[in-house]
Amino acid sequence: MPFDILVLSCFVYVIFLFAIAFFGERRAQLGGMGFLRSPTVYTLSLSIYCTAWTFYGAVGYGARSGIEFMTIYLGPTLVFVGWWWILRKLVRIGRQQRVTSIADLISSRYGKSNGLGVLVTLIAVVAATPYIALQLQSVTLSFAVFSSDQPEGWATPIRASTALWVAGGLAVFTILFGTRRLDAKEQHHGIVIAIAVEAVVKLVALVAVGSFVVWGLAGGPGAVIDRIEAVNLQGWQLQPGRWVGLIALSAAAVICLPRMFQVLVVENVDERHLARASWAFPLYLFAMCLFILPIAMVGLEQMPADTNPDMMVLTLPLAHGQGALAMLAFLGGFSSATSMVIVETVALATMLSNHVIMPLWLHLRPEATRSADLRGGILLARRLSIIGVLGLGLAYYRLSGGSAALAAMGLIAFAGMAQVLPALLGGIFWRGASRVGAILGLLTGFATWGWTLFLPSFGQDAVIPAQVFALGPFGLSWLRPEALFGTAAMDPLIHSIFWSLALNTAAFFAGSILSFPDPVERIQGAAFVNAFDAEAQGGRLGWTHGQAEPEALLNLAQRILGEEALTFFETEARAQGKEGYLPDMTPAFLTELERRLAGSLGAATAHAMISQLFGRATVTVEDLMAVASEAAQIAEYSARLESNQTELTRTARQLREVNEKLTQLSVQKDAFLSQISHELRTPMTSIRAFSEILTEGDLPAPQVADYGRIIHEEAKRLTRLLDDLLDLSVLENGAVQLNLGLAHLGELLDRAAAVASQTRPDRAFRIERDVTTEEIYLRTDADRLVQVFINLISNARKYCEANPGVLRIAIRHRAGRVTVDFIDNGRGIPKEKQALIFEKFARLTDQTKAGGAGLGLAICREIMANLGGTVAYLPGQRGAAFRVTLPLRLERSAA
Amino acid sequence: MAGQVLLIEDEANIAEAIRFLLTRDGCQVEVIGDGLTALQRLRGDLPDLVILDLMLPGASGLDILASLRADPRGQGLPVLMLTAKGQERDRDAAERAGVSAFMAKPFANADMRAKVRQLMGQG
Repeated sequence: MPFDILVLSCFVYVIFLFAIAFFGERRAQLGGMGFLRSPTVYTLSLSIYCTAWTFYGAVGYGARSGIEFMTIYLGPTLVFVGWWWILRKLVRIGRQQRVTSIADLISSRYGKSNGLGVLVTLIAVVAATPYIALQLQSVTLSFAVFSSDQPEGWATPIRASTALWVAGGLAVFTILFGTRRLDAKEQHHGIVIAIAVEAVVKLVALVAVGSFVVWGLAGGPGAVIDRIEAVNLQGWQLQPGRWVGLIALSAAAVICLPRMFQVLVVENVDERHLARASWAFPLYLFAMCLFILPIAMVGLEQMPADTNPDMMVLTLPLAHGQGALAMLAFLGGFSSATSMVIVETVALATMLSNHVIMPLWLHLRPEATRSADLRGGILLARRLSIIGVLGLGLAYYRLSGGSAALAAMGLIAFAGMAQVLPALLGGIFWRGASRVGAILGLLTGFATWGWTLFLPSFGQDAVIPAQVFALGPFGLSWLRPEALFGTAAMDPLIHSIFWSLALNTAAFFAGSILSFPDPVERIQGAAFVNAFDAEAQGGRLGWTHGQAEPEALLNLAQRILGEEALTFFETEARAQGKEGYLPDMTPAFLTELERRLAGSLGAATAHAMISQLFGRATVTVEDLMAVASEAAQIAEYSARLESNQTELTRTARQLREVNEKLTQLSVQKDAFLSQISHELRTPMTSIRAFSEILTEGDLPAPQVADYGRIIHEEAKRLTRLLDDLLDLSVLENGAVQLNLGLAHLGELLDRAAAVASQTRPDRAFRIERDVTTEEIYLRTDADRLVQVFINLISNARKYCEANPGVLRIAIRHRAGRVTVDFIDNGRGIPKEKQALIFEKFARLTDQTKAGGAGLGLAICREIMANLGGTVAYLPGQRGAAFRVTLPLRLERSAA
Repeated sequence: MAGQVLLIEDEANIAEAIRFLLTRDGCQVEVIGDGLTALQRLRGDLPDLVILDLMLPGASGLDILASLRADPRGQGLPVLMLTAKGQERDRDAAERAGVSAFMAKPFANADMRAKVRQLMGQG
């Protein structure tokens, strides 16, 4: 078949895929999800498990090792049929926590540790690079098969440029449909629908080739079985160790591989789809592997000995002149390779940009966090990551020379990614799992895998010298890469899987048991392990009560979500029957808004931001933990903040106290306004009534004088009240102008006593002073201080019931501070009232005739605060006692 | 207009103004300045009208009203409540407690006299 037609159909197929993806993306954007949401599409998208390795390599595997290739299908089947509840838990957690990748899941579970996110990302990139190279290689090889009939042959430079073209094309596709917009859920409907279509293509292709081989070449199923029994294949004897190891490995891979996690958890739109997938996906796998062995058998029998068994799917039809069938098979293999690379690249790019590039960028340019729109930066990071990941795959392909057998490269990648399994399973089933354990386990497993499998895969003397293979590093024979602790008899792959996972798990448990998880870890641990209970309780951190300004929330949402915010608010308002207005801040609405913000900001930041605008009546421990965990993340970026548990507890207590205080203040404000109203209306009532009576003008003269005096009295009372209120307002706002100067304390007391003597001038009252102690010169505002003294002396004259009343004024001077005590010989103020007396309108007696409106002590307190001092009730004296404390020298700055 | 009015008001000047107005209209006005004394007084002969301040020392106007309405003799007695706070909440509470009429301070003398006349007519 002409090579040009191959290239042309390849192009047509790619354009077809673009169209499908574009169509899917449009449907998703317009809201018409319909069949995009169907469980069938979900199941088909899972088929990216079957890569070019499965498509081409499985036949090669079958040809080399017989039915051992089945293990790669048995592992996922076991997981989907037997352990679907693990998958369901993962999907549930993924939705609850808005998980964007497997690195995000691990990082989120272990206290939102970005260090862990980086570690998992690193492992994923290292493990995936050979895998991506493998896909490029298979596409290149399949091109080579077709071009073998070309006169000029298939020169190496052309192969290299083919890989480059394929990688470039995939980069364009992935960037177009993987980073079109920053979706809050990291879902890519266009890509999912495209890979679902590719899943059908590869299944149809493999089944078509298989049917051709079985019925066209071999003469029916019976004949094939005869051949399988007749052909003597190497490695047909079952190796139980290898079987168990490979099944376990592929079972782990189906959960841990970044691309599998992407389609399984991140792209999942409905948890119920798992039910269909749990039987349909194993069925798909069964269909995929049904014809592997027949193709391998017939290929081995009919093809020349030097044929690459990995390419038999193509070479068998070609050798029998079935050009169209070969073309279909080629497209099947092409589909397998491209769908894997696209999803893998999207998954890795999300991890790289979220855990490596963005933290670095925010660290280097902290001001970027405040910029209005972070989304451009995030998308750029994604695109660079996509190019980087594909570039790495291409480089690996060039360096490794494209020589290694396909299956071997796939297994190396599986084993690398499987290192995440202990931390993953431990994280969702064991609350005791800790960050330290996860880090230790991952590092141990990754290092063991690198030493025993990954580095040796380059061949002896490539990275590790042959001498080290034989004798171990530095002559330590128990560290030989393929015989750790002297276990030389094991198969190298099983050896590596066994030791890496065993050491990994051991380190994970040891680290978890020996370390103590921090509060955020414990909260996250509980949320993950009890993912199903949390749902039953109505989700995490729901908004239950309180009030928020819709405008402020809309403003915030627009800064982060852009246009989407307005649409969301409008939709919600319509749903509430308030079209054209802003929606009511119902708990459901706020919870949904927070979820949307979390997709862009992280759960903790979103929660803290809404809390700020929302002013909840109570602050729960979870709220604080969420805020604290955000703070912890910032700390990782900037190394500026440190938080520990005691600090959290203290902050929690302080916040609660402030909250209580605020609630009280609000009640007090209402009471204050009501009091002012009462205090103003009372004198006004007398004034109005008597002035009306006087205006009527038929009263005897003495009564006119009497009522005139009442009007005058009440007018004075009104003026006094207004003066006090203004005074208090100025003092409370700190807008008071202080006249600082030197003043003699004795003289100030003289002045105060003289003014105060006009209060109840007729009563028997005496002031006892010790003038020798009054020889103090203060630097203060003399008039204001006298005002305080007058108030205290007048109060004693008004309220001290003893007869004669005696007020003792005692002065002390120590360390730059002066105390002036006013102690009378009355009954004092009851203990429960002592806290109240400095509040506004807190008059204790009911005798309004006492004069003031109940603002005197409140004013005193404010004056003393302005003078850098205090006035307080002095308990434990016989009578009422007040202590004024003030600095000897008040500096202007203190005012 | 004749009749006995019990005026319970702690502000002496306000009490004097009301006393003057109603006496001039022919009423007999008795003034009490605190809540406890008023409660005691209401156990005796009932007047034709009670004018009651909301904020009183000893017992509040609402307390006095409640005890009056609990007394079978006092259930039909017209009660005019005065308040200087002017809050809706107070008015609601007074209405629930069974007040006959409500008047905010400060008031116009003519309104006070008209209201008293109206309530006495009813009683």
